[in-house]
Amino acid sequence: MYKEICAKYAPTKDNLIYILHEIQDTHPQHYISQEAVTAISEYLKLPENHIYGVLTFYSMYSTTPRGKNIIRLCESPPCYIKGSENILRKLKTILGTGVGETTKDGKFTLELCACLGVCGNAPVMMINDDVYGDLSEEKVEDIIEKLRGRS
Amino acid sequence: MKYYRSHVLVGINETSVAAGVQSFVRALRAELSKAGLSEEINLLETGPLGFFGKGICLTVYPENVNYENLKEEHIPELVQEHFLKGRPVASLMLESAGKFSPKLNYSKRIVLRNSGIIDPESIDDYIGTGGYEAWEKALTQMEPKQIIEEVKNSGLRGRGGAGFPAGVKWSFTAPLQAEQKYVVVNADEGEPGTFKDRLIMEGDPHQLLEGIMICARAIGATKSYIYIRGEYKLCIHRLQKAIDDCRNYGIIGTNIFESGFDLDIEIKIGAGAYVCGEETALIESLEGNRGHPRWKPPFPGVKGLWQAPTVVNNVETLANVPFIISKGADEYKKYGTPECTGTKVYTILGDVAYPGLCEVDMGTTLRTIINDYAGGMKKGFKFKAALVGGAAGMILSERLLDVKMDLASLNQYSAVLGSGAILVMNEHQSIVDMLWSILRFFRHESCGKCSPCKTGTQQLYRLITKLKKGDGTMDDVELMLTIADTMQQTSFCALGQSPIMAIRSAIDNFRDEFIAITQK
Ligand SMILES: Cc1cc2nc3c(=O)[nH]c(=O)nc-3n(C[C@H](O)[C@H](O)[C@H](O)COP(=O)(O)O)c2cc1C
Ligand code: SF4
Ligand code: FES
Repeated sequence: MYKEICAKYAPTKDNLIYILHEIQDTHPQHYISQEAVTAISEYLKLPENHIYGVLTFYSMYSTTPRGKNIIRLCESPPCYIKGSENILRKLKTILGTGVGETTKDGKFTLELCACLGVCGNAPVMMINDDVYGDLSEEKVEDIIEKLRGRS
Repeated sequence: MKYYRSHVLVGINETSVAAGVQSFVRALRAELSKAGLSEEINLLETGPLGFFGKGICLTVYPENVNYENLKEEHIPELVQEHFLKGRPVASLMLESAGKFSPKLNYSKRIVLRNSGIIDPESIDDYIGTGGYEAWEKALTQMEPKQIIEEVKNSGLRGRGGAGFPAGVKWSFTAPLQAEQKYVVVNADEGEPGTFKDRLIMEGDPHQLLEGIMICARAIGATKSYIYIRGEYKLCIHRLQKAIDDCRNYGIIGTNIFESGFDLDIEIKIGAGAYVCGEETALIESLEGNRGHPRWKPPFPGVKGLWQAPTVVNNVETLANVPFIISKGADEYKKYGTPECTGTKVYTILGDVAYPGLCEVDMGTTLRTIINDYAGGMKKGFKFKAALVGGAAGMILSERLLDVKMDLASLNQYSAVLGSGAILVMNEHQSIVDMLWSILRFFRHESCGKCSPCKTGTQQLYRLITKLKKGDGTMDDVELMLTIADTMQQTSFCALGQSPIMAIRSAIDNFRDEFIAITQK
């Protein structure tokens, strides 16, 4: 499977970022496994430590398995002064997890991130590819409830 | 052209898409047609509307009424009351605005002149407003040298933070002999509170492309990459469509307009690291490496992407270029101040009545921006401070509201205009708290390549946390200044050199607050 994804891209180093993106996006647990790193290393003829170096540098990649829905709550100053800490507390309570952890049912991973560029609607979070703005504690509850309902 | 009685603009952006704007538009169209209004009311899906309302927002011209947070169930009322009978529905109007109607100043716009007016996904709309005339002129009537002269004369300075004159930058790269040169567009926009580049690209992607084309011709580059953050899905979609349309129209490709000039533009997606906005780190990232900054010199203009001469410019910088080429440097210089020409795009956030997007002359004071473009403070709130330029910017107090916002004037306060982000704080908000959040950001984003920044950002965070808890002393405050000063002098790149600005401005302008918290 990893080989097939790699083969979609020319075997040049600048495609590493893209290959990593696609492998992570298509993996049900949204992460880059050791096997994936080996496959990429063989394909791009790059040492594994280069790939790990890149992988661990960028905040979008993960080397550990994650949940079906990845919640990224913005903690940068504009969201912070609009109360992102309260939203974080709420998320932790309703999910029952801490930051960087995944819920037992494997549905959610909670992460913090830097400014998402939608500060006009602070506080903001992203769940997978969707942006949720103007968050309030009630709104967060609704959003998570809806996603929980979906299997 | 068809004549419409009124124009209804629907803002399509990340938040409205999440709120279901697509199905809303379909329903509104159906309702308008049911009411027999399809020929009278022009419903246009466009980019940023110039204000940040909640959810789905509409602006109705000519009356300039703004609606926010619309739901499909509001449609019948809107159509019946407003579009049919001409009575705007007060209960749905933008809440924070009150009676204030912000200056739209379209006559004074360069970068945003089409934003919120044309359909950004239509190349014909762009061409209809005179789009790609500058490109044709640059390609068929001007020599590269003349283009560079014009841009130099215009006084255009980089809008990505450092403010380097664009024409001068290009003039270093243009004469170099190389097999390949590149134009790289910096659309990484990671400065907290900043999203003007996103709005520029969402509102008028073709204008950026036209700027890239002119720059490529000026320096002799045949390939351009737009490095954009992965979260900007709508931007990426619109830019890709714009690029594809240009290819189909023969505006880019090979032997463009029979001139013998070739150019291709490609989008590259980032992977989330603030430091990748630094131009050499960005190049490293494009090459598939960790985003660590490179030593300068050599500058990217000489040895950049894959060691080839590369001009890196910010989105807003390039979006100014078509105007300069089509109207001329002299016309451009009518905007702004003599030392700092043109306009500047700002996003205003926080406790103002009307948070939004504006484009004003360089040199406009913060007071004017806040009062005339953002309607002053939100009802019941008093101004305390403004964070200008994001985390790498500075915290200004009331005393500094009349400083002219341009690169030359702000230099006196050792600030840069930076990112165009203005975050207004009210009297109940704590400066120490704000600084804590800024320093947490730097601690997280330091890339770890050099020790002054790697350890400095951690120490700063430790000290501000201590202060925030009420456990700090004025010695800790002084120590923060010393550390940040040392970082400024010894850090490898501008990231480590920046925290001093927020720290010094906070302490200088709000010393009382630091004294109070250390005496708790
Ligand atoms: C930490 C850091 C982050 C930066 N982020 C950005 C950015 O997001 N966008 C940008 O255009 N420039 C950014 N810059 C400035 C770039 O290094 C560079 O000066 C700019 O892209 C040049 O374009 P200009 O001359 O058109 O302004 C950043 C610089 C540093 C040190
Ligand atoms: S100053 Fe900071 S961000 Fe810049 S190279 Fe050093 S550690 Fe990296
Ligand atoms: S600060 Fe949170 S989205 Fe910009």
